[in-house]
Amino acid sequence: MFSFHSPDGICAMNNSSSAGSSLFQLTKIRFLEFWREPEAVFWVLFFPILLASGLGVAFRNRAPEVIKIAIVADLANVANDSEARNIASALASNPGLSAVVQDAQAAERSLATGKVALVITSVAPREVLYRFDDTNPDGRAARSLVDDSLQRAAGRVDPVHATQQLETGVGSRYIDFLLPGLLATNIMGNGIWGVCFPIIDARRKKLLKRMVASPMSRTEYLASFLLSRLLFLIFDISILVGFGHLVFGVPVRGSLAAIVFICVLSALAFSSMGLLMSTRLSTMEAASGVANAAMLPMWILSGVFFSARRFPDVVQPIIRALPLTASVDALRSVMLEDASLLAVRSELAILGLWLAVCFVLAVRLFRWR
Amino acid sequence: MSPVAANIALQIRQLRKAYGPLIAVDSLDLEVHTGECFGLLGPNGAGKTTTIEICEGLLDPDSGSVELLGRDWRTQAQELRELLGIQLQETSFSEKLTVFETLALFRSFYQRSAAVPELLRLVQLEEKRDARVGKLSGGQKQRLALACALVGDPQFLFLDEPTTGLDPQARRQLWDLINQLKSGGRTILLTTHYMDEAEKLCDRVAIMDHGRVIALDTPRKLIASLGVEHLVEYATEGAPLAPAVLQQLRGVRAVSTVGEVTQLQVAELHQTLPALLDKLAAQGAQLTELRTHSATLEDVFVSLTGRHLRDE
Repeated sequence: MFSFHSPDGICAMNNSSSAGSSLFQLTKIRFLEFWREPEAVFWVLFFPILLASGLGVAFRNRAPEVIKIAIVADLANVANDSEARNIASALASNPGLSAVVQDAQAAERSLATGKVALVITSVAPREVLYRFDDTNPDGRAARSLVDDSLQRAAGRVDPVHATQQLETGVGSRYIDFLLPGLLATNIMGNGIWGVCFPIIDARRKKLLKRMVASPMSRTEYLASFLLSRLLFLIFDISILVGFGHLVFGVPVRGSLAAIVFICVLSALAFSSMGLLMSTRLSTMEAASGVANAAMLPMWILSGVFFSARRFPDVVQPIIRALPLTASVDALRSVMLEDASLLAVRSELAILGLWLAVCFVLAVRLFRWR
Repeated sequence: MSPVAANIALQIRQLRKAYGPLIAVDSLDLEVHTGECFGLLGPNGAGKTTTIEICEGLLDPDSGSVELLGRDWRTQAQELRELLGIQLQETSFSEKLTVFETLALFRSFYQRSAAVPELLRLVQLEEKRDARVGKLSGGQKQRLALACALVGDPQFLFLDEPTTGLDPQARRQLWDLINQLKSGGRTILLTTHYMDEAEKLCDRVAIMDHGRVIALDTPRKLIASLGVEHLVEYATEGAPLAPAVLQQLRGVRAVSTVGEVTQLQVAELHQTLPALLDKLAAQGAQLTELRTHSATLEDVFVSLTGRHLRDE
């Protein structure tokens, strides 16, 4: 190492310390810029937890629903009135039903407005009329429950003896379904925004041009984004999976290594998408338009909040080809069903393809000015 | 490096760059000597920034060649970037980073680099070492940009409009700094549309207009080429003096009228001014304005183009 003093007093020396490595410095500023933006910290780290808590609480499994029904009683008609009370007491023994006695007009209104699922009218002794909407699952369930209770109260004996055992399975709740989806969505958002936004910002501020005018390695500049995304992934994974596991008991049945592998591949694929979006744009408005146009369809189609199988068969191949679908499906299979990486190889292949295509295009199209 | 080129740091030959129908740089030839501070002077749109960005390796010319420090951008780009210090017009550094972090980042790009504390002292930002860039004043940001340009201990420094948008005090501070760098033996190419800046800082100046060099010399010689040392400008109420009368006053070289204001180019101010005042008094004209100033590069530009530098 040598050094010399120029007359203006700048002492130069050879750079060889590892702390001065530009990949380290470039990656470090990604972190500094992030931590010093309180809003970014909130949206990236805390918002997913708030969302998971909110949805987890809103859709938690409740005690089995009690179905409401109405019994029509004609107060002026003593015989009919006592028949209605008999029916009411017969139904009272069934915990799945809640019955109210109403006059004909009120019962009619309750049925029409959906306050009750079924209306029972005593037509004659030992003869009743059920009125309900056949297309409403509650109506059909009420018909079956009410009829059972009335027939048994009247003395029916079932020829087959049946007992039942009730189970609520961990892993089949909404929160279990939701959490892998939120994890993948978070990786998508952070990957696309975390790469696209700072590059466009640097281009807009002419900082990119200034850096390119220096001997900075362009490969290291782009690599610093991928590297910082992978490091941020530690937060993404540990916060969401850890929170879901500790607070809601969401199962992690597959291997943690497999989960991390899927997350890394997803992060690289989405970062490449972000890189591709950043190649030509130079305003934030254009960036947010393009990013939303890419992400919004995936939020809806990729089965984050409800199963993607509900969409028509024609669009299923398109939905399967989306990177978020691949990421969500792979994470769900590994976390909930203990699937191996081999079992989700088609999802991994889709992610790999997105990664390769976006990265190659991005490097070809990237505008350094 | 050939012996002939030993003292030539930058050689531009027949440089041309067009943006569609607009020719930004038109057959430009230029030589910058090692160790000098060379100024590219001209109004906005004259082609200064295009020229300097081609020299910085940021733009490719349509034709012509640039030889910088005996090297060629087409074959020795990475080597050249190590040797150059560059300050661009309007770079905004990341506002979230501190002065120190910004310098440490840029320092990491160079194989040979200056020590950060010394750079901070040189640009007088020692007290702002840990301040966020977003909190700096315009002059401080510009000095940080200069420090980033110096971080690789460059042989050749490009400064594109270094004081544009700064207040007078910040400009003077930056001039002192650039003068200090000149004495450090670095070669500097700077662009500016401030004539006083070019006069204060530059050893030689090329005046550019419409992509061409229309004059090139030391500031002193360029001004002397006008043949006048002073300018007198005045306006009167009442009948103006005829140009023919003014022309006959002692020491007057040229007369021109811009609106209400009459301008005299004068060699000997102390002889012309009393004579002018006598004539005006004899005519009974009331002076409403009277200014005199020494001839500047601005006047050189006006006499060459018939326009003022900052007329847009």
